[in-house]
Order: sequence, then C-alpha cells, then structure tokens
Amino acid sequence: MNTPILTPVGPAAALRRGIIEVLPLAASIAAYGLLWGVLAGQKGLSLIEVMAMSSLVFAGASQFVVLDLWRPDDLPVVAIILSTFVVNLRMLLMAATLKPLMVGVPKPLAYAAVFLVTDESWGLTMGAQNGGRRVRLAYLVGAGLTCWSFWQVATVTGRLLGALIDDPARYGLDFVFTATFLALLFGMWKGKADFVPWLTGAGVAIVVARLVPGNFYILAGGIVGSLAGAAADLWRQKRRGTA
Amino acid sequence: MTLESVLAIAGMIAVTYAIRAGGLFLADRLPETGFVAAWLKQVPGAVLAALVAPGVVAGGVAEWCAAVATALAFIATRSLLPSMAAGIAVVWVVRQLT
Repeated sequence: MNTPILTPVGPAAALRRGIIEVLPLAASIAAYGLLWGVLAGQKGLSLIEVMAMSSLVFAGASQFVVLDLWRPDDLPVVAIILSTFVVNLRMLLMAATLKPLMVGVPKPLAYAAVFLVTDESWGLTMGAQNGGRRVRLAYLVGAGLTCWSFWQVATVTGRLLGALIDDPARYGLDFVFTATFLALLFGMWKGKADFVPWLTGAGVAIVVARLVPGNFYILAGGIVGSLAGAAADLWRQKRRGTA
Repeated sequence: MTLESVLAIAGMIAVTYAIRAGGLFLADRLPETGFVAAWLKQVPGAVLAALVAPGVVAGGVAEWCAAVATALAFIATRSLLPSMAAGIAVVWVVRQLT
C-alpha cells in the first residue's frame, strides 16, 4: 500500500493487489461478521435468512440495525426496509465518487461492480488514490469480492456457533468496527486541510446522534462536513488567486 | 422463512442496490470542476469521521484511549492492521483495569 505504482498496472495485477491490500480490513469484517451471526441467531433469524441477507444485501451497518427491529412473530417489514435505506444512503455518496475508476469500463460491468461497494472496499480504494495514483476498477472488485467472501463465511459461522460466544464486549470485539473506520480515516490523511471536513463532520454527527433517533447522523455529518471542506478548499484557492 | 421475512429481505436487497447503482448513475452526470467536484472529494473523510465520532464520544475512557492508540499506531506504522490491532488491544486492556 505504501509503494506507489508509477508504471501502468494491468487488470489482473490490480485485482490481486486489491485482494491482498484489503486483507487486514477483511479480518475485521470477519470479526464483526461473526458477532453479527451470533446476534442474528439470538434474534431468531434462520440460517437461510442469514445467508440471503449477507450475500445479497451485503451491507454490515444496516444488517446490525435491522437486528434491533427483528421480531420473527411480528416482523415490522416497512420499518426494516426504511432503516436499511437510511443507514445505507451514505453509499450513494460513496458510489458517486467512483467515477475515475469507471473510465472506459462497460456499463453492465460498472453496475455489477458497484454492488461490491462497502465502507471497507471503498475506503481502501479512496486511500489508494491518494497521491494521484490511478486506481483500476479491478482493484475495487478484488477488495470487494474478498470482503464479500469473508462476510459470508463469518456471518454463517457466527449463526452456527451461536451461544459459544457469550459476551463479545468482554474481548473488545465491539470496538473492531470503530477501530476499522478510524484506521481507514487516518489512511486518508493528506494534510491540515483535512481538519475542516473531518472535524465538522464529526461534530455535526455527534450533535445529530444526540438529538435525532436512528442513523441519520452519518448522512448529516457526511454532507455538512464535506460541504464545509469544499467551501474551505475554494476559499483557499480564491485567496491564493488574488494574493 | 415466512412471507414477511421474504418481503423484508427482498426490500433490503432492492433499496441497498438501488442506492449503490444510484450513486453510480449520479456520478456520470456530475460536473468535473467547480464546487460539486470539490465537494465530492471531501465526502470520504467526512463520512468516515461522521461514522465513528458519536461512538467514540459516547464510549468511556477505554474507547477514548483506544481511539488515541489507533491514531498513534497509524502515525507510527502508516498501515491499517497495526492501527486496528492497537485500538482493539487498548480497549481490551483498559476494560480489564477499570
């Protein structure tokens, strides 16, 4: 990840690189996938439901949120779909930033590959673009397929093991999620200018999380923080231009 | 699998893919210069910061120490795995002590 590529890389090499570089993140996906599988069992999801959700929804945060709502005897179908929508809406912004990877890629392939966008595969890909490196779609696909495989194995294993893991918080496993995203965030550091969007996004998210129930804080912090960052960016450019 | 759970999971699948595909659809139609382009560049960091901040703040001493440890480990090693490992190890250790 630290060695910059100066020569053009073929799709096969980019795919392999994506698979290898995502492995640390995939390990953390395995940890909270296991946790999710255990919780899903406690909430009464069948193995088939676990497999259907993990393989075709493939969005960890929303799957955790839905477990809170899951009651097999009286399933709140509309609430489940709405929460999924709200929690995953951040992926709209994520997918919209993938344009540089899609240059020259056939439409059907692009729309298939976008299924593999997760916080991890996307975060890694954005980090790899740092320093102006051109990143191929195959890199995202390699990372995404690896995440997908780890997620399937881990959630199914967790569902089957069930009661063996009594209290995940005792082992610090509940912090895996936070540690993963913190590490991804630090990996995106480019300079002091990043303080504006990061601190604004964090501050807005903290306030909104206190005031508004649900997961709107991710979207609120993401939108306000990035707007603040863009405004600061343009203001700096203008100041340099007139100075 | 009941009819309700089939509907719920099918609905989750549909909205989640629609969001991912919708982002790609939008990307084709967004300008490459000016404010919108500058804005999109800032999205990744802001989204990740928003994702983690409330959890860290709402946590206790263990979470705060772990967040600092994750940052320090990243500064020292510039790589993901040691940073994540440092955070998880510190959460575990501090919880044992308190």
